[in-house]
Amino acid sequence: MAGGNVAIKKQKKKNYNNMAYFFVLPFVLVFLIFSVYPVFRTLQLSFANYKGFGKIDYIGFKNYIRVLKDPYFWTALGNTIKIWSVNIVLQLGMAFLLTIVFSDIKYKIKGLGFFRAVYYLPNIIAATSVAFLFKTLLDWRYGTINQILAKVGVDSPINWLGQPFTAQLSISLIQTWMWFGNSFIMLMAGVQGINKDYFEAASIDGAGRWKSFYYITLPLLRPILLYVTITSLIGGIQMFDLPFLIGTVNGEPLGATQTAIMYLYKFGFATRPKQVGYASAIAYVLFLMILIISIIQFKVMNRKED
Amino acid sequence: MAYKIKKGIVYLVLIFLAVICMVPFLLMLVNATRSGREIMTSFTLIPGDSLKDNWNAVFGFFNLFQGLWNSFKIAVPATILTSYFSALTAYALTVYKFKGKNVIFYTIVIFMMIPGQLSLIGFYNLVSGLKLIDSYVPLIIPAIASPGTVFFLKQYLESVLPMALLEAARIDGAKEISIFHKIVFPIMAPGVATMAIGSFIGNWNSYLIPLLLLNSPKKFTLPVMIASLNASKDIGTNQGAIYMALAVSIVPVLIVFCFCSKYIISSISAGSVKE
Repeated sequence: MAGGNVAIKKQKKKNYNNMAYFFVLPFVLVFLIFSVYPVFRTLQLSFANYKGFGKIDYIGFKNYIRVLKDPYFWTALGNTIKIWSVNIVLQLGMAFLLTIVFSDIKYKIKGLGFFRAVYYLPNIIAATSVAFLFKTLLDWRYGTINQILAKVGVDSPINWLGQPFTAQLSISLIQTWMWFGNSFIMLMAGVQGINKDYFEAASIDGAGRWKSFYYITLPLLRPILLYVTITSLIGGIQMFDLPFLIGTVNGEPLGATQTAIMYLYKFGFATRPKQVGYASAIAYVLFLMILIISIIQFKVMNRKED
Repeated sequence: MAYKIKKGIVYLVLIFLAVICMVPFLLMLVNATRSGREIMTSFTLIPGDSLKDNWNAVFGFFNLFQGLWNSFKIAVPATILTSYFSALTAYALTVYKFKGKNVIFYTIVIFMMIPGQLSLIGFYNLVSGLKLIDSYVPLIIPAIASPGTVFFLKQYLESVLPMALLEAARIDGAKEISIFHKIVFPIMAPGVATMAIGSFIGNWNSYLIPLLLLNSPKKFTLPVMIASLNASKDIGTNQGAIYMALAVSIVPVLIVFCFCSKYIISSISAGSVKE
C-alpha cells in the first residue's frame, strides 16, 4: 500500500514538472525563430555572394579575407573606437566624481534624487531626436550654439560637424551628455550597496575620508566600474543611430563619423545591389571581437567571486 | 569657513551640470516658437510668436501624431509580451525540474552577450522570407523571447519566492498555471515592472530595426519619422519647424519622466546591483 502511494506521489510530481514544457514553449519557439536562426543565417550568408535576392553563391572565406584587407572597415572601426574612448573617459570620469561627491560623509550633499533624475534625463530621449536636436543646434552658420559662443567672444564660428576632428568630438560629447547620468546611477547604487559597518569600523580605527574612500569604496566599486566599461564598449561597438543621423550613411565629413555598424549597414542595406554576404562577414568579425571582450569580462568578474 | 565655500562650489558645479542637461531642451522649446529666419539671425531665450506657423509647417509635412500612435501600437504590446512571457519562462526555469532546462538557461546566458544588431542581416533575411516586411509583427512578436529579462526575473524569483507556498497551493488543488497567475506573478510584480519600464523605453526609442522593416510612411514609428527630416528639402531649411517636430517627439517623454523618474531610475540601479 505504502509503496503504491509513493508511486502515485512520484507520478504526480512528474506531472507538475512536465507542465514546464508548456510554459517555456512560447519563449523557446520565438527564441529559436527570431534570435537563434538569424544568428546562424547571418553566419551562412557570410560565406556567400548574395545580392539580397536571386542566387546564393558560396565562396568560402573570401568575404572574411576582404574584411580583413578592407582599409575602410578598419577606418570605420577606428572611428568607432576613437569616438567611444573619448566618451567613456569623460562619462566614467564625471560619474565617478559625482559618486565621490554624493557619498562624501563630511559634505553631506543634498538633493541626490533631484540631481540623479536631471542627469539621467538626456538618456531617455530617443537618439534620433537627440541627433537632430544637436545637428540643428550645432549648425555652422545658423546654429544656436555658435550664436551663444559669439556672444561670449568666440568670433569665428566653429564648424562643429563639418570637420573630421570636431565632428567626432561632438559625437563623443553628445554620447557623454546622454550617458554620464546612467553611469552615475549605477556607481551610486554600488556605493549605497556597501555595508555601512565597513565605514563605521574604519572611522573607529581612525581612517579619514580619503582613506576610507581609497580602501573601502574604491575596491568595492571596481567590479561595477568594470561592468559599466565593458557593457559600454559592447554598446559602443554597435554605435549607430547618432553618427548615422549626424553624418548620414557615408559618415560625413570625409567618413570621419562612419562607425563599424554604419559600414555594415551600407553593404547590407544601402548599396545597390546589396552585398549581403560581405555585410554578414563584417557582422561576424565584429561579433568575434565582442566575444573576446565578453570572455575577458567573464574571467575578470569570476575572479572577484573566488 | 573654507568648508562652507568648498561646499558652495560643489553645489554650483552640480547645478551647472544640471543646467547643461536641460539647456538643449530649453533652447528647443524656445526655438520652436520662433521663425526659421529669427533663429538664423539671432539668439534669445524669449519665446517668439511663430508657434502656430511652425506647427502648421510640421503637420503640413507629416503627421507626427500618427507616428506617436504607431510607436505606441508597437511599444505597448511588445512590453506586455516581454513582461508576461519572461515571467512565465523565469517561473518555469526556477520552479520545475525538466530535461533541457540547463540547455535553455545556458543558451539564454550566451544570447545575452550576442548583440542584436550583429544578426541584423539574418533577421532581415528571415523577415523578408516570411513576407513580413512593412508589418508590425516582426517588431512585436520577437518581444516574447527576451533573454535578458528572463535572466533578471529568474534571479529575482529565486530571491523572493517561498517554495512552501507552491506546495501549499498544490495541496489545495490549484492548477500549475493558476499558481503562476494568482500566486507567483503578484510576487514577481515589482521585478516585472522594473523590466517593463526598460523594455518600453527601448521599444519606444528603437530606430534601426523599424527603419529597415517599415516601408510605407504611414506606418513609420516616431523615431523613423523624425529621421525622415534628413531627406526633406522644404522643411529641412526651416529650423523653427525642425525644433517644433523635435518638441512634439520629446515633450511627451519629458512629461512622463517627471512622474516616473523614480521608477525609471530604480530600474537602472536594479541592473547594476545583482549580488
